[in-house]
Amino acid sequence: MKRNPYRTQRIAFFFLLLATLLIVVPVGLIIVAIIQKGLPAITWEFLSDVPRRGMRSGGIFPAVVGTLYLVSGSILFALPIGVLAAIYLSEYAKQNMLTRIIKLAIVNLAGVPSVVYGLFGLALFVVFFKFGASILSGSLTLGIMILPIIITTSREALESVPYSFREVSLSLGASKWQTIRHIVLPNAIPGILTGTILGLGRAAGETAPILFTVAAFYLPRLPKSIFDQAMALPYHLYVISTQVPNVDEKIRYGTALVLLTMVLFMNLIAIIIRAKLRKRKKW
Amino acid sequence: MVKFDIQNLSIWFKEAQALKDVTMQVEAHEILSVIGPSNSGKTTFLRTLNRLNDLELSLRMQGFVYFEGKDIRTMDVELVRKKMGMVFALPLPLPLSIFDNVAYGVRMHGEHNKKKIIQAVQEALQQAYIWDEVKDRLSESAFKLSGGQQQRLCIARTLAVGPEVILFDEPCSGLDPISTAKVEETMLKLKEQYTIVLVTNNVKQAARVGDRTAFFLMGELIELEKTDKIFTSPAQARTNDYISGKFG
Amino acid sequence: MRKIKEFIFERLILFSGLASVFFVLLIFFFLLKEGLAVFKTVPIGDFLAGKNWYPISDPAQLGILPLILGSLMVTLGATIISVPIGTACAVYIAEVAPEKIKNFLKSGIELLAAIPSVVLGFIGMVTLVPWVKKIFHLPTGLTALSGSIMLAFMAMPTIVSIAEDALYSVPKSYKEGAFALGATHWQTIWRVLLPSASSGILAAVMLGIGRVIGETMAVMMITGNAARIPQSILQPVRTLTATIAAEMGEAVVGSEHYFALFAIGIVLFVFSFAINVTAELFLHKDKR
Repeated sequence: MKRNPYRTQRIAFFFLLLATLLIVVPVGLIIVAIIQKGLPAITWEFLSDVPRRGMRSGGIFPAVVGTLYLVSGSILFALPIGVLAAIYLSEYAKQNMLTRIIKLAIVNLAGVPSVVYGLFGLALFVVFFKFGASILSGSLTLGIMILPIIITTSREALESVPYSFREVSLSLGASKWQTIRHIVLPNAIPGILTGTILGLGRAAGETAPILFTVAAFYLPRLPKSIFDQAMALPYHLYVISTQVPNVDEKIRYGTALVLLTMVLFMNLIAIIIRAKLRKRKKW
Repeated sequence: MVKFDIQNLSIWFKEAQALKDVTMQVEAHEILSVIGPSNSGKTTFLRTLNRLNDLELSLRMQGFVYFEGKDIRTMDVELVRKKMGMVFALPLPLPLSIFDNVAYGVRMHGEHNKKKIIQAVQEALQQAYIWDEVKDRLSESAFKLSGGQQQRLCIARTLAVGPEVILFDEPCSGLDPISTAKVEETMLKLKEQYTIVLVTNNVKQAARVGDRTAFFLMGELIELEKTDKIFTSPAQARTNDYISGKFG
Repeated sequence: MRKIKEFIFERLILFSGLASVFFVLLIFFFLLKEGLAVFKTVPIGDFLAGKNWYPISDPAQLGILPLILGSLMVTLGATIISVPIGTACAVYIAEVAPEKIKNFLKSGIELLAAIPSVVLGFIGMVTLVPWVKKIFHLPTGLTALSGSIMLAFMAMPTIVSIAEDALYSVPKSYKEGAFALGATHWQTIWRVLLPSASSGILAAVMLGIGRVIGETMAVMMITGNAARIPQSILQPVRTLTATIAAEMGEAVVGSEHYFALFAIGIVLFVFSFAINVTAELFLHKDKR
């Protein structure tokens, strides 16, 4: 029997579609399930109260605040270094061995397992610098972890500023730094912002790097300083899912929903900025 | 008076030679047109004069360019570019307002006095004959101007910095005939105060505005003569062939 | 004055450019500093090939073979599941999907990448784990299989997006050439596009594996964490990452156990380094 190529194609395309649905449908179901089962838990009390009765009731306020501290701390550290590193790569780096090594280092930094970041943070910040398990240690660890994201997106943003703008500025007698500062950087801001927000989302959701550098199992108060321990939302979800028996499922789903909302909200903002940027491009 | 004295200038991009042993002078207050087919080295020549070629890492240079007797490579590069303003082939406004486009260079050279900046911007726009068209919309984006207006804005931006020489790199290649005429008119008026080097692929434009015309071919300077002479009785047969359109 | 300021800024930029290299070296150095200490008491051969991981018994037995095998089993399972499905999805998005659906599918996959792993771990615990238990009639659903399925899912964004890029970067003329010869769309994909994009797809798979090996939270929550040499994919296993995450909290700083966990960190770091460098080589090959 002669094989009909068009029937083969139809069968093949059906399987391709099936594979795609196998990925996309569960994503949708997961989100829907979390919203559906988590939403009933979301009350003002849940968001604003400390956990009570061994985390079986009460709220998640300290964990939300802890995560906000960690995210801000990590961005404070990673943003300046990341943007300057991106400027180096897009404006100063020549095509040589050093540049290749830097690029390789960034790829590797992005690939280091998150739990190894946790080990590193423990060894360097907690033990060696004696910061202890603290917001400072956790923020620095998360900051190094999100550095590759910020560098990569910022570099793309800087490189998308047309080369001719740089030539014009230089031809007017502006120095290289003036050109970067007044022409290149301002036009790359939306792209850099996108990268920053993606980094924020990543920092907010990670658990392994903060396990031994900051996260408190149960701390029903707000941290007092950056040398204080803090609860964090992802770790809290881990704790009430696996370490504490008999937690009402509603509370677990509610915590998952709050975490997911925070992370997805940041991603959404990044996506909107990116989309606006594409439309608004003037050159 | 000689503004530029160019001695035995040769330039290579990696292995390819872009300019071959060019020796010539540019006089003060003249419009020197540089013509030639594409890849003849005209633009490379022009970008040597304000050291914009320094940005090309693969470039190698031999010979000398003296500006008023000084080797430009020994001068401060930002000063060189301040003195040698450049207008590019396409109108390239910066993504700023009309006012800020012109004020940009002034500010970069350290002027922070608001009144002086405003004055410099107005003067430059007047000199470039675009003041009347933009004076009521200075805060609008420069991209809202027409192509010809944008190009004259770019001229004003160059003038605002206070150059001595203006380098035009095929400034009308993207413009319609009416805008071209306006830009040319501007150039003719500017030569009273400035020295102008005009690279153009439009032979007729060279004939219209140039005091002297240089013909480049494959990196060599073939002929440099008064414009009337070069267009009526060129010394070289190749010049005649190019001008009359036999190749190019 | 301005020149001095600019000089300082340009130095800062250079230093920041070098920061990534510095941090990679710093991470490696601190892992070595803390991790190598374990080899004073445990020979490296016994550490890597030892069959028993009893870090708190006395004397402690610190053999990570069960953990390495646990990681490998989960990773292998995840690779077998994710490579065909991920590649198929990338082909569908790059070649077959109508323009309107394409962006929807891509955002769906980006969305997956954004979900924190602890959330996926939680969902895995309450859905996947009971299913596996029920379907295979097991005493517990916390098995290597559950971990493999979850990790395959988590590796998808990496595999799909990089494989998709690889497919896009195949010159259009190849495709047009195949169409001109009368090949169907599918024949063109199968005979022309996939082979031409193979090194990029390989890089996608490698980076996917890198993601899987390094994944910690979800794995820890659904694989059961039994530090035994796994006999079957339907048994609980414990991975390298989960071991560190689960035990570091209890290990005393400076103890043998503490050093051993850092030594596991070295193993993970070396794994991920090798995978990333190789993947980068494949990606470069494609671009040339």
